[in-house]
Amino acid sequence: MLLDKHGVLGPDTWRHLGDDEPAADGEAVTISFKRWQAEGERWREHSGPLGLRLPNDIAPAAIAAALDRVALVVLNFPRFVDGRAYSQARLLRDRFGFRGELRAAGNVLRDQLLFMARCGFDSFEVDTERARAENWSTAFREFDLFYQPANDRAEPILWRRLRNWQTAAE
Amino acid sequence: MYHYDEYDRRFLEERVAQYRDQVRRRLAGQLSEDEFRSLRLMNGLYLQLHAYMLRISIPYGTLSSAKLRGLAEVARRWDKGYGHFTTRQNIQFNWIHLEDTPDILVHLATVELHGIQTSGNSFRNITTDPFAGVAADEIDDPRPYCEIVRQWSALHPEFSFLPRKFKIAINAASEDRAAVKIHDLGLNLRRNAAGEIGFEVLVGGGLGRTPILAQTVRDFVPRRELLAYITACLRVYNQYGRRDNLFKSRIKILVQSLGIEKYRAEVEDEYAAMGAERDALALPDAAVAAMQAQFAPPAYREAANDDAELRRAQAAEPEFARWIERNTRPHKQAGHAIVIVSLKPLGRPTGDCSASQMETVAELADTLSFGEVRVTHDQNLVLPHVRKSALYDLWLRLGAADLATPNIGLASDIIACPGLDYCSLATARSIPVAQALSRHLAEREVAIGPLQIKISGCINACGHHHVGHIGILGLEKNGAESYQITVGGSDSARAALGGIVGPAVAADEVTATVDRLVDTYLRLRRDGERFPDTYRRVGLAPFKEALYVAR
Amino acid sequence: MTDRVLKLVTGNRLHDGTVVYFAGSGAWTPQIDDARLVEDKDGAALLAEAQAGSPPHPAVGPALIEAVRDGRRIVPLMLRERIRAFGPTVAYRGD
Ligand code: SF4
Repeated sequence: MLLDKHGVLGPDTWRHLGDDEPAADGEAVTISFKRWQAEGERWREHSGPLGLRLPNDIAPAAIAAALDRVALVVLNFPRFVDGRAYSQARLLRDRFGFRGELRAAGNVLRDQLLFMARCGFDSFEVDTERARAENWSTAFREFDLFYQPANDRAEPILWRRLRNWQTAAE
Repeated sequence: MYHYDEYDRRFLEERVAQYRDQVRRRLAGQLSEDEFRSLRLMNGLYLQLHAYMLRISIPYGTLSSAKLRGLAEVARRWDKGYGHFTTRQNIQFNWIHLEDTPDILVHLATVELHGIQTSGNSFRNITTDPFAGVAADEIDDPRPYCEIVRQWSALHPEFSFLPRKFKIAINAASEDRAAVKIHDLGLNLRRNAAGEIGFEVLVGGGLGRTPILAQTVRDFVPRRELLAYITACLRVYNQYGRRDNLFKSRIKILVQSLGIEKYRAEVEDEYAAMGAERDALALPDAAVAAMQAQFAPPAYREAANDDAELRRAQAAEPEFARWIERNTRPHKQAGHAIVIVSLKPLGRPTGDCSASQMETVAELADTLSFGEVRVTHDQNLVLPHVRKSALYDLWLRLGAADLATPNIGLASDIIACPGLDYCSLATARSIPVAQALSRHLAEREVAIGPLQIKISGCINACGHHHVGHIGILGLEKNGAESYQITVGGSDSARAALGGIVGPAVAADEVTATVDRLVDTYLRLRRDGERFPDTYRRVGLAPFKEALYVAR
Repeated sequence: MTDRVLKLVTGNRLHDGTVVYFAGSGAWTPQIDDARLVEDKDGAALLAEAQAGSPPHPAVGPALIEAVRDGRRIVPLMLRERIRAFGPTVAYRGD
């Protein structure tokens, strides 16, 4: 199942193709980065929505040119302690202006969800049973204050405080 | 001193609530130890040999008397009545129960303390000069910048799962008392020709298995751009730092394998591409000024330079005179002194402090030092603003609490990590070695003069042995403790890594070996030369030879 | 003291971190002398038994260690394990 950044569980409507699996007409599918590299032009013509799965050791710049065609990018956390995809997410959003869906896959756990959401992820492949047992949907609301600017555009405490200081001085 | 506002307080409340739920899930069996480990570490909770160990962050080594009392209470209520000050200017408690930790953190939050990011693969406590704000040789007070970086780095969404831990130090004085060159990222505060404040950014220093000194990435980053530039440094590390081998995952290995030029080019490319993100991170002058206002100097009363009376007391009591000479430093405010409170009484575990000693220091800070206390990376405490006229009284009262050993900077002021008596990673004990050495050398330490002995209980080098004038590394050989000894290291502005003097020695040979090295130094030194200077001049050979001859 | 090296399982108690030893039948004890001591060849089986059960497991990081029997006492071979069993070798200054 998929969890969205509002904490709602829902089905995954995409099919994630293996490297020799064909797509049906109009079907929403994701393909691997490798496949995109080899057959990119063909996939541009695919009649349905297209998503890309990017391994965490490939710089997002490598798919910058694909982003106008792609509605979903899936980033991977092979182990939850491997945090490369956080930077990939920030770059895809901030540097390359990707507006589509950004999804976290792999070893996604409750206590990393908020970090991910702040870096620009908006959906998460989760273990449904655990997500229910541990009440994952509340993980996004554990903090409402942050010290640093991120992709969620929350006003950082440092800046907010400065605004208060300035109004107080006026 | 910085005080929390409603935002900081709320943030900490939210954090403690989150942690309480994590502990609940762990005790209920919902989280595996593997999953929980990384969560508890992000709140400073380790599992050591005897129990859980809780490490509390002391941001840039600055404490108020209220905080120190809060720590004393943790020691008394939830531990065995003492804590251990570390080389990262933090404190750790050795006998903590997991089930108590949420309550401990609630208690600490009331005095604006926490354990966030005292472990884990993210930003660690930011350190600086323990004399910040009072040192006579300071360009600008580093603490406002430390606090800004501390806040920016707290639960950073992008950099909380770095390849490995990340330590930042800021130095703002001409003498580097923050050891920036042994940090993952070091910042040297500077003023450029136009008089603007900025930072030299150094990257890739660290001790451990592969000791390397940091190298300069950029000579001058204007303070406005500080956070943005650090972000670029970190982003390159987060993407390219190694994650396949724990021992190669620090940024120093990345910088070493790319070479500083290539690393710098990567950072500069990233920085140039940052665009809007750079603006979002820009530090406006007003923000810095507002933060600086938090660190305004205390309201010193005009103090006559009453040195005459002080000199009389010194003449009358040589013990007091010795303490003044060893344990006080010049203050930039006339009539005041910086006092170093020794946590190294002879034969006691280095850096340990009992609850009642903490309360004594808190009390003395309230009456004599504007309620302020500092922690040094040499594991001592500092009362930063003491009127000279109060020094004699202070000395008596510290002495009564066994806190006035006149040994700062001398042979018995040893730095030692907890080692195998507490630490689950240790290969040998550190504390007994330090105890034996300090007892043995104390008698002639005045004749020896400044000498830094640093001891680590394993290759992780928490005792900074590589940069000790004499460094001692505890190893294990066929089930027995053995110790590798280095000489000539230094953590000053001319930082240097020590050279290995010979094969590792057995535990009962350490004292005699160090004795010979000290003798060799005394024989070779030219008028008043410090150990690392002698070493730089004569090299490793005479030290090796002295040991070889003895064998 | 017999020199025969035997095996036992140790860990740290989940809720408070106390050093504990596997005593058999799902029980853990802070007293090393009450630990279940087995021959070297039975170590793996003992560890498996100690690790069994559904979460939360009462002990964190169960591991096999070596020890010898000294009369009624059990003494671990490695210094590290003796320190875990008998406490730090240095006095601490709590009050
Ligand atoms: S140097 Fe090793 S033994 Fe000492 S505290 Fe660090 S990890 Fe533990």
